[in-house]
Amino acid sequence: MDKIKDFASDFFVTGDPLIYGADVAIVLVTVAIVAVLTYFKKWGWLWREWLTTVDHKKIGIMYILAALLMLFRGGVDALLMRTQLIMPNMDFLKPEHYNEIFTTHGVIMILFMAMPLMFGLFNIAVPLQIGARDVAFPVLNSLSFWLFFMGAMLFNLSFVIGGSPNGGWLAYPPLTEKMFSPGVGQDFYIWGIQISGIGSLMTGINFIVTILKMRAPGMTLMKMPMFTWSVLASSLTIILAFPILTVTLALLFIDRFLGAHFFTLDGGGNPMMYINLIWMWGHPEVYIVILPAFGIFSEVVATFSKKKLFGYTSMVFALMSISVVSFFTWAHHFFTMGSGANVNAFFAISTMIIAIPTGVKVFNWILTMYKGKISFKTPMLWTMGFIPCFVVGGMTGVLLSVAPADFQFHNSYFLIAHFHQVLIGGVAFGYFAGLYYWWPKMFGFSLNEKLGKWAFWLWNIGFYVCFMPQYVLGLMGMTRRYSTYGWDTGWFGLNLVSTIGAFLMGAGFLFQVWQILHSIKFMEKDTTGDPWDGRTLEWSIPSPAPMYNFATDPQVREVDDWWEEKQRLASGGAPRPKPALEPIHMPKNSGMPFIKATFWFIAGFGFVFDWMWMAIPGLIGVAACMLAHSFNYDTDYYIPVDEIERTEAAARRGV
Amino acid sequence: MKMKGWYRRLAAMLPLAAIAFLLSGCGVNMGVLDPKGTIARQQLDLIIISSILCVIILVPVLVMTFWIAWKYRSNRKQGDAAYKPNWSHSGKIEAVMWGVPIVIILILAIITVQFTHKLEPSKALASEEKPITIEVVSLDWKWLFLYPEQGIATVNFVQFPKGVPVEFKLTADSPMNSFWIPQLGGQIYTMSGMAMELNLIADEEGEYPGKGANFTGEHFGKMGFIAKASSQEEFDQWVADVKKSSPSLSQQGYDELAEQSVIDTKVTYSSFPDGLFDRIVTKYSAGTGSGHHHGSSSSAGEANDSGHEGMNHEGMDMGAEGATASSASQTAATEEHEHHHE
Repeated sequence: MDKIKDFASDFFVTGDPLIYGADVAIVLVTVAIVAVLTYFKKWGWLWREWLTTVDHKKIGIMYILAALLMLFRGGVDALLMRTQLIMPNMDFLKPEHYNEIFTTHGVIMILFMAMPLMFGLFNIAVPLQIGARDVAFPVLNSLSFWLFFMGAMLFNLSFVIGGSPNGGWLAYPPLTEKMFSPGVGQDFYIWGIQISGIGSLMTGINFIVTILKMRAPGMTLMKMPMFTWSVLASSLTIILAFPILTVTLALLFIDRFLGAHFFTLDGGGNPMMYINLIWMWGHPEVYIVILPAFGIFSEVVATFSKKKLFGYTSMVFALMSISVVSFFTWAHHFFTMGSGANVNAFFAISTMIIAIPTGVKVFNWILTMYKGKISFKTPMLWTMGFIPCFVVGGMTGVLLSVAPADFQFHNSYFLIAHFHQVLIGGVAFGYFAGLYYWWPKMFGFSLNEKLGKWAFWLWNIGFYVCFMPQYVLGLMGMTRRYSTYGWDTGWFGLNLVSTIGAFLMGAGFLFQVWQILHSIKFMEKDTTGDPWDGRTLEWSIPSPAPMYNFATDPQVREVDDWWEEKQRLASGGAPRPKPALEPIHMPKNSGMPFIKATFWFIAGFGFVFDWMWMAIPGLIGVAACMLAHSFNYDTDYYIPVDEIERTEAAARRGV
Repeated sequence: MKMKGWYRRLAAMLPLAAIAFLLSGCGVNMGVLDPKGTIARQQLDLIIISSILCVIILVPVLVMTFWIAWKYRSNRKQGDAAYKPNWSHSGKIEAVMWGVPIVIILILAIITVQFTHKLEPSKALASEEKPITIEVVSLDWKWLFLYPEQGIATVNFVQFPKGVPVEFKLTADSPMNSFWIPQLGGQIYTMSGMAMELNLIADEEGEYPGKGANFTGEHFGKMGFIAKASSQEEFDQWVADVKKSSPSLSQQGYDELAEQSVIDTKVTYSSFPDGLFDRIVTKYSAGTGSGHHHGSSSSAGEANDSGHEGMNHEGMDMGAEGATASSASQTAATEEHEHHHE
C-alpha cells in the first residue's frame, strides 16, 4: 500500500494548488467530451471525419485548433511569470516553479504554438493557391499532424505527471544532464519534441514536393503566389535544420539514458558542442517561422491595396537568400563563449547581412501600398501593426549582432525584448493576419470586424507597454530568468508597466476568442467564395472549399491569375471555356496515422519513465503500423462526375 | 466634449508618468548606460553609433509607412486618380531599395570588425599599471574569487584597485554561467574544463553590481555579487585585513563550497590551496579518464549507493547528491594527477 502511495506521489505532481486545479479541470473536460460524444453518438463521426481524415483542409483546421489551445497554455505561463515579476521580492512562484514555467512557455510558444499554427496555414492555403487537389502525400500529412499532436500532449502531460522540464527552452547541458536534472521533466522535453519533430520534418518534405510537383498547369515557379514561395523557402530550411535537432536531442537522450558523455562536464563530454548544435537548428528555426509570415503579409498587402505586389523578383530572391544565410549565423547566440575576434566578426557580419533582404521586403510592402486603394480590414490592420513593430525589432536585432556590443546585451532583458518583438510583432501578428485572411475560406463565414479591431488594438498597445520597458531593464542590467529582484535594483516601475502590458495582450486574446464565438453565433456567411476581392486561385472556388478543391484543373497564365481573370471579365472579356468534368482521383481516409502516433506516444511515455515494458511494445506498434501500411493497396478512389456536379451546384447556390 | 477633455488629460498624463518612471531610474544603477570603465565606455559608444545608423533607416521607413497608408486609403477624397493597380516594378527604386541597406550594413560591418578586435575580451589592456590577476569560479550558486598574487579568496565579492587593469581568469565547477559587471564591461561565459579570460578596468571608485547572467538551475537568481573598485591604498589595507582576520580555505572547505547552496553574505578567506584554480580547470579535461567518474551520468540512485552519502547535505534532492558525490571524487582523483605536474 505504501509502495503505491510512494509511486503516486512521485508520478503525479503534488503540492501546488495550480496543479490540483489543472488536474480537476483535465478530468472534468475529459469526462464532458466523452459524455457529449457518447450522448450525441458522435464517435463514428469523430473517427471518420477528423481522426482518419487525409484532407489537407481538415488537417489544417486541427493544427490551428491545437495551436490556439497551446497559445492559451503558453500565454497563461507568460502571465504567471509577469505576475511574479510585477514587484520586487514577490513570493507568488517559487524559483523552481518559475524555472519550469519559463521553460514550458518557450518550448510551447515556439514548437507547439508557432509551428502548428504555421503548418495549419500551409495546409489551408498552399494546395488551394497552386490549384492542387491535396498535398503530395496526404497520409504522411495526417501522420505529421498526429505526431505533432501526440508530442505536444506528451510534453504538456509533464505539468500534472512527473514534473515539468526546468532547464530553459533549449535545455543547455550540463544543466539538463542526469547529474543536475535527475527528474523526468527533461525526458518529457526530449520525447515531446522528438516525436513532434519527426512530424515537422515530414511536413517540410511534403510541402516541397507538393509545391514542386503539384502546381496547376501553366503555373511556373515565377508565377507562384508569394505565400507559396515563402512556404517553399521555409520547408527547405526545415528539411536542412530539423535533422540537426533530432540528432542533438538523441545524443542528449543517450547521455541521460545510457550514461554516455557527449555533453557531460566530465568523461570527455563537451557541453559547448550541444550549444553549437542546438543553435544550428535554433537559428534557422526562427526563420522557418518568420518566412511564411512574410508570405502572408505579401498576400495581404497586395489584396487590400488592390494592387500587384511590388518587386516580385526581389521578394523571391530575398526569401531564398534569407533561408540560405540563416544557416551561417548560429554562433551569434554565444559571442560570449570566447571563440575569438575573427569568429565573432564572421558571425556578426553574416547576421547583419540578413537585415538587407529583410529590409528590402519592408520596402516592397510599402511600395505595394503606394498608389493603391487601401482598405483596413483586420488582416491589413495586423499587417500595419507588423511593419513598425518588426522594423524596430529588426533594428534591435542588428544592434545585438554587433558582437562587442552584444557582450552587454547578452542574456539580458534587452535580448528578451528583441526576440519577443520579432516573434510577436512578426510571427504572431503574421499568423493572425493569415488566420483572419483565410478564415472565410476555411469555414465559409467571416469573423466579426469590430471585435477583431478591439483585439488588434489591445494586442498592439499591450505589446509596446509590455516590451519597451524591457529594453531599458536589460540595459539596467536585469538578467533573463531571474525569478525575483530586490527593491534596491530600481527595476520596479518598469516591471510593473511591463506586466500591465502583458495583461493587455491577454485581454486581446480573450477578445479574439469572443470574436470567434460571436462570429459562429451570428454567422455572416461568405457566399461569394471571394470576400476580400482576392488575387490568387484559392478565391476562385467556393468557401469552404469542396473536398476535391477544384472541379477542373485551373489553367494559369500569369501571377495573380484570378485577379487578372476578374479584370478581363469586368472589361467585357468572354469567360474562359470550362473543360468537361472528369472523375476526380482522391486519397482514401486512413486510421494508420492516428494509431501509429498513439504508439509513438506510448513509446515516448515509456522512455520518459524508463519503463521498457511500455516503451518496447510502443516501438513494436510503430513498426507494425509501418508494415501494415506498406501492404495497404486500397488507398484511393474516384469521385464520379455526377457527385461533382451536385456538390458544385450546392456550393454555388448562393452566388 | 467633457469626454474629449478627459481623454486629452489622460493622453498628457501618460508620457509624464513614463518620464517619472524613468527619472526614478536616476537614483538607481543604470548599468550599461552608466559606464565606469574603459571597456564599458567603448561598448556604450559602439551601442550609440550602431543605434544612430539604425535610426537613419528606421525613421524614414516609419514615416513612409504611415504616410503612404494614410494617403492611399480607399476612402480618400481625391478619388481614384492616383490608383495604379499594375505598377509593380521600377529598376531605379529597386536599386535604391537594395543599395541603401547594403551601404548601411557595410559601414556597420566595418565598424563591427574594428571594435571586435579592439574589444576582444582576452586582449590585455594597455596601461602603465601592472595588471592584477583574479581567478573566478562559478559554483552552484555562488561566485568564488581567488587572488593568486595576494593569496586570498572571496565569495560573492570582489575588490580591486581603480585604474589598474584586472585580468579575470574564469572557469566553472558547475553548469555554464556568465560573468557580467555591466558598468565595467560585457560578459563572458564561465565553462568547466577551460579557463576564459576577461580584461576589465575601473576608472572610478565605486561598488558595481555583478551578475551571473546564464541560467544554472534553481537558485541562479541568487548569484549576484559586488565588484568594488577602490584606491590602491584601500585595496592593500583590505588585503592585509583579510589575511589577518579571515579563516583559510582548505581543499575540503572548497569541496563543501562547491556543493549546491546559496550564500547570502560576502565571505573572505585568508588563503586557499595552491593551484586550486588549475585543478578545477583540468579535473574535467579528457585526459583524466572516465574511470573515476562513476555516478555522474549513471542514474542518481546509483551514485547514492556508491558510498558518498556522508558528503551530502541533508535535504538536498537526488541530483545534487549525485553531482557533489561525483565532483568530490573527481577532485580527489585529480589531485594525484596534478602532483605529477608540479
